[in-house]
Amino acid sequence: MRLEPIAEPGLGRTLGLPLLALAGTIVIASLLALLAGGAPFSVLGLIIKGAVGSKFAALETLNRATPLIFTGLAVAVAFRAKLWNIGAEAQLYVGAVVTVVLGTGALAWPAATLLPTLALAAIAAGAVMLLVPTFLKTRLGVDEVVTTLLLNFVILLWVSYLLEGPLKDPMGMGWPKSARLITEARLPRLIDGLRLHWGFGLALLSAALVWVIQTRTTLGFEMRATGLNREAARFAGIPVTRVLIKTAALSGGLAALAGFSEVAGLKGSLTLDLSPGFGYTGIIVAMLALLHPLGVVVAALFVAGIFVGADSMSRAAGVPTYIADIMLATALLLMVLAIMLTRFRIRRD
Amino acid sequence: MEILDILLSASFWAAAIRIASPLIFAALGELICERAGVLNLGIEGIMVVGAFAGWMSVYAGLGLWGGVLVAMLSGMAFGLLHGVLTVPFGLSQHVVGLGITLLATSLTYYVYRVALPEVTSPPKIAAFQPFEIPILSDIPLVGTALFSQTPLTYLAFALVPLVALVLTRTPLGLAIRAAGENPSAVAAQGLSVSGLRIGAVVVGSGLMAVGGAFLTMSAFNSFFFEMVNGRGWICIALVVFGSWKPGKTLLGAILFAAFDALQIRVQQTSLGADVPYQIFLMAPYLLSILALVVMARRAQVPAALMVPFNKGSR
Repeated sequence: MRLEPIAEPGLGRTLGLPLLALAGTIVIASLLALLAGGAPFSVLGLIIKGAVGSKFAALETLNRATPLIFTGLAVAVAFRAKLWNIGAEAQLYVGAVVTVVLGTGALAWPAATLLPTLALAAIAAGAVMLLVPTFLKTRLGVDEVVTTLLLNFVILLWVSYLLEGPLKDPMGMGWPKSARLITEARLPRLIDGLRLHWGFGLALLSAALVWVIQTRTTLGFEMRATGLNREAARFAGIPVTRVLIKTAALSGGLAALAGFSEVAGLKGSLTLDLSPGFGYTGIIVAMLALLHPLGVVVAALFVAGIFVGADSMSRAAGVPTYIADIMLATALLLMVLAIMLTRFRIRRD
Repeated sequence: MEILDILLSASFWAAAIRIASPLIFAALGELICERAGVLNLGIEGIMVVGAFAGWMSVYAGLGLWGGVLVAMLSGMAFGLLHGVLTVPFGLSQHVVGLGITLLATSLTYYVYRVALPEVTSPPKIAAFQPFEIPILSDIPLVGTALFSQTPLTYLAFALVPLVALVLTRTPLGLAIRAAGENPSAVAAQGLSVSGLRIGAVVVGSGLMAVGGAFLTMSAFNSFFFEMVNGRGWICIALVVFGSWKPGKTLLGAILFAAFDALQIRVQQTSLGADVPYQIFLMAPYLLSILALVVMARRAQVPAALMVPFNKGSR
């Protein structure tokens, strides 16, 4: 078999195939729920109900989507320039560490100056975190997939050390947990009385900003050219190394904002389970969004919905929570396949 | 001088060889995939599947070698999925690999929960026992370290020259390497690039799963979550460290394992009392990164690694 590009895919193909992929995911999840002793047809209903069935559920989904928008954007901008950043998890944690170091009393400023400072410091730390592997790649030819991946483990151990040592909360009853942020360092609620915080607004703003950078600026054009064909871009006079460095700074910074937003908006302090793999899930989000910054918002909401919905479904139906992860993996694999088939058709030789 | 004492003890080297064994299986598997041109980031998940399938089979009464076979076949099934999605369909190898890891890991945990709903601590199995090779195991230091291991360790070491031989000295090996270096030339010979690549990923994934099975069937005698714990990712680094050559990859695995065995022991010495344990746990990862930096200049990356091949287009 071989693949043949389709010049003008019809609307049926572009919409139908992804919907088919979603349907396939739901069928598989239902079968697994049936095998685990749940009622298959109620699964979808329970997931939707758990994700958006009440005001509380919907806000929980938005909250869960917030870090995923940041990490999804981080992965999307890097992958678009073919910089394979698998280290959003590490960048998220350094962002969180910086937020805690500066936000627990080291800087006693009013919120109006403290919050932007914390965000910028987190961005800087996350950028450095990805600049090191990028530098190793451009200067020494070290594969960034492996280095960014390995650094995730290093950083998590470093955070574990910090939380048992220098950053440990003396009032924490012995738990490996940092002190709480001062009130000025907390992101305010988006709506009074509800858990949704300004991190979500910042995430939407970031998506819009990345979209503007990618479509309206020279850097965006250079990033795209670098991603399409690095040699051709270099030949055309694009400073490929500088573009990769800027991309790395942007990507690492965005991932670090996820850490800032989770600590300052939601948790108020740093623990070792701040991120249940938001960095890795960001890869799924970015791919489902076809690396499009605005698509990232939609994909993050979808993925967050599956997590929140499947959580509540597994409680209600008494089936294992891992079904959420299986759904995500299936959705990811079927979706990339569906997306490919919207652009190519299979020809038998 | 405590460290010197450790380095001269037979039990230390025996542990290093034991820790290296699963890495050898999985890194050889990854090496075969990459030599054919496919990066397999499903390795971490495939090792989890192998660890569980081997353990579960023995628990169900299938016998030890039956368990190894089941583990290998389950790994091959996920390899086939990876191969079909990345080779003929040409989907991103990074994304599919991470997807396979997530799918394989979560499916394993799901099956574990459904198959053993009431179990709180996973039961132990009668695992592979050390087999002392007559005469050779009497050699001081080396004998204990190398020749008093379980059969799976011997198998891992035997596979290294075998894989090297097949890759460099047989027509099949030549074709596999060519699929990763210059697929157009392979197609011009009338051979199927897709067939070679999918085959390599399937066989390689089978080896990764046996590497996972080593953990449950030769090391811990039981299955628990997080037991693979990043070993798959380390194997990807080991392949780069070994410049895509089986012998050097073996060397890398032993070095890494020796370092890992050393850090566990140093933690118990006076030095360990002063240095936080996280530093020791970090060391193997930092060492891997350092090794990659040192080796990067000399590494011979397969030219068509991660490049999809489509007959229609040139």
